Amino acid sequence: MTGVLRATAQVCQAASCLAVGSEQVLQALAGRVERSGLADVVVKRVGCLGLCAAGPLVRIGPTGALFERVSPEGTGGLVAALRDATSTATPVSPLAPFFARQVRVVTENSGRIDPENLNDYVASGGYQALRTALTSMTPAEVIEQVRRSGLRGRGGAGYPTGLKWLTVAKSTGEGKYVICNADEGDPGAFMDRCVLESDPHRVLEGMAIAGYAVGASKGYVYCRAEYPLAVARLRTAIRQARQAGLLGVDLAETPCGFDIEVRLGAGAFVCGEETALIASVEGKRGTPRPRPPYPAAAGLWGQPTLINNVETFANVPTIIRRGGEWLARMGTEKSRGTKVFALAGRVVNVGLVEVPMGISLREVVYDIGGGVVDGRSLKAVQTGGASGGCIPAEYLDVPLDYESLTAIGSMMGSGGMIVMDDTVCMVDVARYFMDFCREESCGKCVPCRVGTTQLHMLLTRIADGDATLTDLARLQRLCGTVQRTSLCGLGQAAPNPVVSTLRYFRDEYLAHIEDRTCPAGVCPVAQRKVVP
Amino acid sequence: MTTVHTLTIDGAEVAAADGQTVLEVAREHGIDIPTLCHLEGLSDVGACRLCLVEVGGSGKLVAACVTRVEEGMEVTAHSELLAEHRRTIVEMLFLERNHICSVCVANNHCKLQDIAQDLGVDHLDLPAVNPDVGVDASHALFAVDHNRCIMCTRCVRVCDEIEGAHTWDVMGRGLAARVVTDLGTPWGTSPTCTSCGKCVQVCPTGALFEKGRSVAEGAKHRRPFLPHLRLIRDEGPRS
Repeated sequence: MTGVLRATAQVCQAASCLAVGSEQVLQALAGRVERSGLADVVVKRVGCLGLCAAGPLVRIGPTGALFERVSPEGTGGLVAALRDATSTATPVSPLAPFFARQVRVVTENSGRIDPENLNDYVASGGYQALRTALTSMTPAEVIEQVRRSGLRGRGGAGYPTGLKWLTVAKSTGEGKYVICNADEGDPGAFMDRCVLESDPHRVLEGMAIAGYAVGASKGYVYCRAEYPLAVARLRTAIRQARQAGLLGVDLAETPCGFDIEVRLGAGAFVCGEETALIASVEGKRGTPRPRPPYPAAAGLWGQPTLINNVETFANVPTIIRRGGEWLARMGTEKSRGTKVFALAGRVVNVGLVEVPMGISLREVVYDIGGGVVDGRSLKAVQTGGASGGCIPAEYLDVPLDYESLTAIGSMMGSGGMIVMDDTVCMVDVARYFMDFCREESCGKCVPCRVGTTQLHMLLTRIADGDATLTDLARLQRLCGTVQRTSLCGLGQAAPNPVVSTLRYFRDEYLAHIEDRTCPAGVCPVAQRKVVP
Repeated sequence: MTTVHTLTIDGAEVAAADGQTVLEVAREHGIDIPTLCHLEGLSDVGACRLCLVEVGGSGKLVAACVTRVEEGMEVTAHSELLAEHRRTIVEMLFLERNHICSVCVANNHCKLQDIAQDLGVDHLDLPAVNPDVGVDASHALFAVDHNRCIMCTRCVRVCDEIEGAHTWDVMGRGLAARVVTDLGTPWGTSPTCTSCGKCVQVCPTGALFEKGRSVAEGAKHRRPFLPHLRLIRDEGPRS
């Protein structure tokens, strides 16, 4: 390629667009561009463009025009658009609101850079933060910036990240470890997958900065094996970073060393729990153990270990580059920065969105999400995956932050957001999530192993129209014991979908039990013949 | 020099050495907390959840077997709420597999039965799972009846930590989790099993038993030796 680049065609090559044939689109478009002799145009592989529902997606830089549902045959129009593309023309896109309300920190490079090209990441400011940290900041100063940013764990629990780093930094051991939790497993959640597929170097950079801050020289990314593309791009990124001297020994020409290895999960949801994850990395059966001791004091191989999730680490380079205060200016008093949500379910714009904390659910679902499919009415929004709860329509104006969501019986969780309309039965939803927890219980502690199965049996009884009010009382009693007595977060949170639907949609439960009907017509009871 | 802590358990003031667990201290002072997976001399896993106690006014429940004492701790080991949770957990265990005391080799010698009686579990209200689980009687001296197994993993730990054979382990997850010998092969064909019988002796129910014993004949007597074995293992023989 010679001369100045006038335009780029950014073709999404993340999992959801690939699933609808974006690889063929990329090849067809590259072929057409070459044949048409456009020398100042480049066709580029990029990560997630966000609007997964409309894939395969192609974005034209610099105009920002987004082409949806592109087929290999339909790339002709794109060539015309590329030919006419100038940086001054800004086409009015019907998809504008989807992007207008978003604030991109974690996903700033997503859909912009080639995830398999280190130079692309470096050109957009990548690894600058690591160099700055290594050459002009002390570990304490790095931690101070993270503390000032107010960043809290994006994996779900919302523990202050700076405090966690400080605890690990102060712990003493023979060797410390940094682990990135990429075992994203909540139903409907795909934030971490998109970050890893779109901008893997950002996560590696965040981990290397963390390693320097807490005094660790070894890191692991624990990624689920069900994400083959994310794993492949991570491995490519690690190889490139090692070659460029950004991982390994003598990082960025300093005496500091930090290397990262990928470890694959074998399909257990519980391995997202930090102590189970550590056991799995050690090669043991992936089951949780009681805390304390917390991993910050005794984690991997008994050594102080820092565990954060993908999105948390992905925030770090920006915090170092722009300063903690920059991030702290976004969001609410207690929940700073942005949050990436995987918008799914009965919503028009299914996809990946990043919004400032404190934005209302209504803005996310209606302004960004484009509202409910087929113009139906919204019944509930499920957040927090199998550990979260269902938020009914009357709470749509609640701000999205850690405390507000907990107060209404749900939780932030890792960022899954499933929109449900009036065709959905809440008993069925609760039964679905309980089936998930029952399948995913590791079987170590009694309340989770047996209780989740019994909860599922009771919910099935209700869905089949065989339950009595006594069963409803049993359900509530059992929820209490499983929540209070389970060993780890999986069991403690497993009853949440039941508890929250019971709280807001009790009438639906009663309809199944007393009237033997399913108002949404979903459950088996709806098919039951009425005996005259 | 040992640091000594003072704390209260159910209102009683007690003294404890640094590093002791709440369970140890409670039992030293005659305060009974039910346990199934704990056994003195074996490592603790905190899995049965019967020894849950409340610390301070936090409302949070922690397993006494794995919680270290702290200065000024206020432990509630017995309350109506805790009794309710414990009864529900015992109820879950009875309903998980197929426990029929009247035909069990361990009748009258069973920890699960004892605890159920102590806690007043006199009826089962929750749904029964009744899975189809097998019996492995391929070993010459012992047998395992999975119908009576409560997954306390004492057999796994004694085999690994005391006998050093690691014949037993856990396979499968959730309700499908089972204790298995040598990657799930028949016990009788195990090349690692030393036939020492420790697993049988530490089993709190009739899941592991000696062949040739009939209903209610499966008393287990050798448990108190474990701490001594453990001590010898940890500290080595004294010259």
